[in-house]
Amino acid sequence: MAILEVKNIEKSFGSLQVLQKIDFSLDKGESIAVIGSSGSGKTTLLRCLNFLERPDKGSIIVNNQVIFDAMDPTTQRESEVRKKRLHFGLVFQNFNLFPQYTVLKNVTLAAELLAKERPNFKQDRKAILKEIEERGKSLLSQVGLSDKLDSYPHMISGGQQQRVAIARALALEPDILCFDEPTSALDPELTGEVLKVIRNLAEYNTTMIIVTHEMDFARDVADRIIFMDDGVIVEQGPPQEVFTNPKEERTRQFLSRYKNDKGNAI
Amino acid sequence: MNQILVIINRLSESFLLNCKLFALTLLFSLPLGLVIAFGSMSRFRPLRWLVRTIVWVVRGTPLMLQLMIIFYGPGLLEMSFSWPGGDSGRFLAATVAFVINYACYFSEIYRGGIESIPRGQYEAGLVLGMTKSQIFFKVTLLQVIKRILPPVGNEVITLVKDTSLARIIANKEIIMMAGEYSSRGLIWPLFATGIYFLIFVGVLTILLDWLEKKLSYFRA
Repeated sequence: MAILEVKNIEKSFGSLQVLQKIDFSLDKGESIAVIGSSGSGKTTLLRCLNFLERPDKGSIIVNNQVIFDAMDPTTQRESEVRKKRLHFGLVFQNFNLFPQYTVLKNVTLAAELLAKERPNFKQDRKAILKEIEERGKSLLSQVGLSDKLDSYPHMISGGQQQRVAIARALALEPDILCFDEPTSALDPELTGEVLKVIRNLAEYNTTMIIVTHEMDFARDVADRIIFMDDGVIVEQGPPQEVFTNPKEERTRQFLSRYKNDKGNAI
Repeated sequence: MNQILVIINRLSESFLLNCKLFALTLLFSLPLGLVIAFGSMSRFRPLRWLVRTIVWVVRGTPLMLQLMIIFYGPGLLEMSFSWPGGDSGRFLAATVAFVINYACYFSEIYRGGIESIPRGQYEAGLVLGMTKSQIFFKVTLLQVIKRILPPVGNEVITLVKDTSLARIIANKEIIMMAGEYSSRGLIWPLFATGIYFLIFVGVLTILLDWLEKKLSYFRA
């Protein structure tokens, strides 16, 4: 059953149309890799899902509930947008960790702030905070950073920072976890550790949308590939199909260009 | 010998006025500056332009002139408002002028600091379900403070010395007091005032360094 349905999303910045007729759905436990060249609209798509951009047209449905409809202003109230964002988690290209907090606090901060809105927070303060902290610790051990709880972001490597960012996004238990080129800002030797964490998540059937330039990784990990070009979804399907037998000429071009680039690089 | 002690005593007493003016100005202008900074960043254009015009006028005219306008203005314009009589009125007018003047300078430092924080920090907060005010107070503020500490420190040090401008509306601060001696031919008290300012600024410098060190545990 589809946990997410994206219907006819369109988005322009001024006269530049960035997304056109974006239509896809995502099942619970499924992971999608979105590939395509820079400027094809991949990141904007993720930003629309996370309410960092407002689509001009279309609707977004999560768990059969319309959480955004461009035609219906009642779905766009600022007060509700904040809660709706929590359906999604987003891991940024540049991590965006909070520099003044320890690794553990980075992971627990948002959960602590949200807990304050619970009616029983005052009475059960200690127990609730303890629970959040335990959960933070277990997430950090899941990404292999149990020994860095008290470090500050500038003290750890980029790969470690990104793993903290993943733990931070998981802390709020989003229905759908989005990755915006999670390894693009990393030195090549650090991408492996981050990809490994994402691979693990996929094995545990975390519902994910991964925007990436790592083709081998996309092929291995994703259940489905979406190829975007010039703001449209050109082709989508299982990795085997898209990578070995693409239907569209544009996909073929992109993949061969990628292969060439890779060949040259090596 | 006895006369020297008397003069030092009187200088010290008058320097207390400088200190009081300094403390009150900081107390009110630091938060007021933040309000002005938000006004100057407002998305509501008329407010933004109004605030930026006020900042332009306040930063664009001498503090000495502002002191006179604020103190003499109400009387000259025959406004119903007037300052209390005597020393307390003069001091109050000076405080108001200093607070407005310094708040405008601080507001520009704040604005620069806030706008220099990467947008990603704000977006990370949004995506994690934080409210705008949570993002400001829990995420942005400390990073802003760390960044603006050096320029704010500069202003604070300037303020110490600017307090002596309050004499223009007859506040009996230390330079005015020393001036009374020099007009009678005794020049050393005027030079001695420099020592008061130097010591005060020395203590502030140590304090600012300490604060900067306190915030050096993270990088932003």
